[in-house]
Amino acid sequence: MPGKQLLMTFPVTATSHLLDDYRARGGYETLARVLAEWAPQDVTKEVTAAGILGHGGAAFSAGRKWGVVKLDDGQSHFLCANADEGEPGTFKDRWILEHAPHLLIEGMLIAAFALQVRNAFVYIRGEFDLPYRRLAAAVEEAYEAGLLGERVLGTDFSCDLVVYRGAGSYVCGEASGLLSSLEGKRGYPRNRPPRLTVKGLYQLPTVVNNVETLSNVSVILRLGAAEFKKVGTPKSPGTQLVSISGHVNRPGVYELEFGYPVKQFIYDDCGGILGGKAIKCIVPGGISTKVLTGPEIEKVTYDHASFDAAGSSLGSGGMIVIAEGTCMVRLLQVLLRFYHHESCGQCTPCREGMGWMHRIIDRIVEGRGRPEDIDQLYMISKWNDGTTICGMGDAAGYATVGILNKYRDEFEYYIREGKSRLGGNLEVGAHA
Amino acid sequence: MRHLIPEFERLKARFPKGFESSLVLPCVRRIQEDRGFIADSDIDGLVEYLGVPRMQIEQVLSYYTMFRRAPIGRWHVQACRNIACSMRGAEKLIDRLSHKLGVQPGETTPDGRFTLSTVECLGSCGTAPVVMINETYHENVSDEKLDALLDGCK
Repeated sequence: MPGKQLLMTFPVTATSHLLDDYRARGGYETLARVLAEWAPQDVTKEVTAAGILGHGGAAFSAGRKWGVVKLDDGQSHFLCANADEGEPGTFKDRWILEHAPHLLIEGMLIAAFALQVRNAFVYIRGEFDLPYRRLAAAVEEAYEAGLLGERVLGTDFSCDLVVYRGAGSYVCGEASGLLSSLEGKRGYPRNRPPRLTVKGLYQLPTVVNNVETLSNVSVILRLGAAEFKKVGTPKSPGTQLVSISGHVNRPGVYELEFGYPVKQFIYDDCGGILGGKAIKCIVPGGISTKVLTGPEIEKVTYDHASFDAAGSSLGSGGMIVIAEGTCMVRLLQVLLRFYHHESCGQCTPCREGMGWMHRIIDRIVEGRGRPEDIDQLYMISKWNDGTTICGMGDAAGYATVGILNKYRDEFEYYIREGKSRLGGNLEVGAHA
Repeated sequence: MRHLIPEFERLKARFPKGFESSLVLPCVRRIQEDRGFIADSDIDGLVEYLGVPRMQIEQVLSYYTMFRRAPIGRWHVQACRNIACSMRGAEKLIDRLSHKLGVQPGETTPDGRFTLSTVECLGSCGTAPVVMINETYHENVSDEKLDALLDGCK
């Protein structure tokens, strides 16, 4: 077991996602206690003190985000859980939605109380079927039980919750794009400032938090900030649900206590690499994070400071393990095709740049690469960096530069010889 | 779409007042579930019912990959080809699908039974490769499993 567990604390059974089971595990007791005994602003203080960082990818302090909302501003406030899980390699929130939907709802109710929110939303990606059905059924259970709607648990606090389904757009996972979509429009991200906590959904203060972040809220309030901080590392308190995939023997979702050694996780907990191969590199947290090579992760532990020091980041918790023998040129082609497909088209550098990069990598893979192509990819990445409304243009560049910096020789070989040095392999481990 | 209005009214009741614009996505989705695609008359009906600009609905329809303006096959087979699935055999699986159905991704079989699409990351990387048939995810899809799935699509 990779350290202490805060969320995956129960055996998954045929009924473990239902309200009765959740209550038998002590569910909604924390909500009842908070509504009875706490002042809203003290809840925010406790969450801030717990030091929890956003689990969606940006790792911003959840408490500080909440703290921007002024409770006495006379405006409506909104809360939205970001369940638009779409960063390739990431499927951790799905675990919560399928197996612990009430954990999310309880966390959202506590957050809604802290932020004095009357209407809360879960924005869930359009393709998710079982996660949606589980969550929607849990919401109905909660309404039936008086946990949602008018006068929650007989108190003065009322809160409605709508599960809102996306329709297939990666960019809607970005908080402002998500709110545009929730307004029933194209999922175009918006320029900041103003922050969404100042002008969000329909120009009213809105907090958007990741599903896992919100699912930690009842845990924090139950344990108290001081106990919560004992889990993990001083700069990364708590745990992370890591979804691991790729050339690994036991892919899946694991809860890691921050500070857990990465190699131990891959080899002991996930059973090592397919076919007993060596690790070529890992994508640490969704494809927008920079790859780290096998030697680079030798001493890395699973926490923000350690990954920052290694030159990457934890991102969305979606780790992809890539075995020795994988062709990085073809891998980058897959990534750039994805970014090109998902660019929303609003900003010129991203709209044009993604297409341009995609054409270059396609050309290389077809054996028609030009010597200047590598520099061109660097240049487009640089032009995109910081010149677009949302971070997608930047992210595509980071992913590209991350791979080019470490595997330039493979690209040079491919361009020179017109073919892959590694046979164009992507699924190497399985057949070795 | 008019017969769906009672359903839309129940949906509206859960939203705050003044959120008609937000109903565009759920209404479009529901109409598509009902009809299989969005027809011109559906756009007319939604403009009238929600009071939103026609352009907003047109923009939504042309932006989101899940919405469509024309009918497709009875079984929509969507194979993921993003990184984790490609690393676990998606490319060969898509070739197999194409060969078995006799169509390229983006095409529908002449009998209208299947439409084949490729998609980018369904959030199922740990159980790659994944194929979605209509609403349902099928994970860890082997050749044998794929054949059995297609046989089951009558």
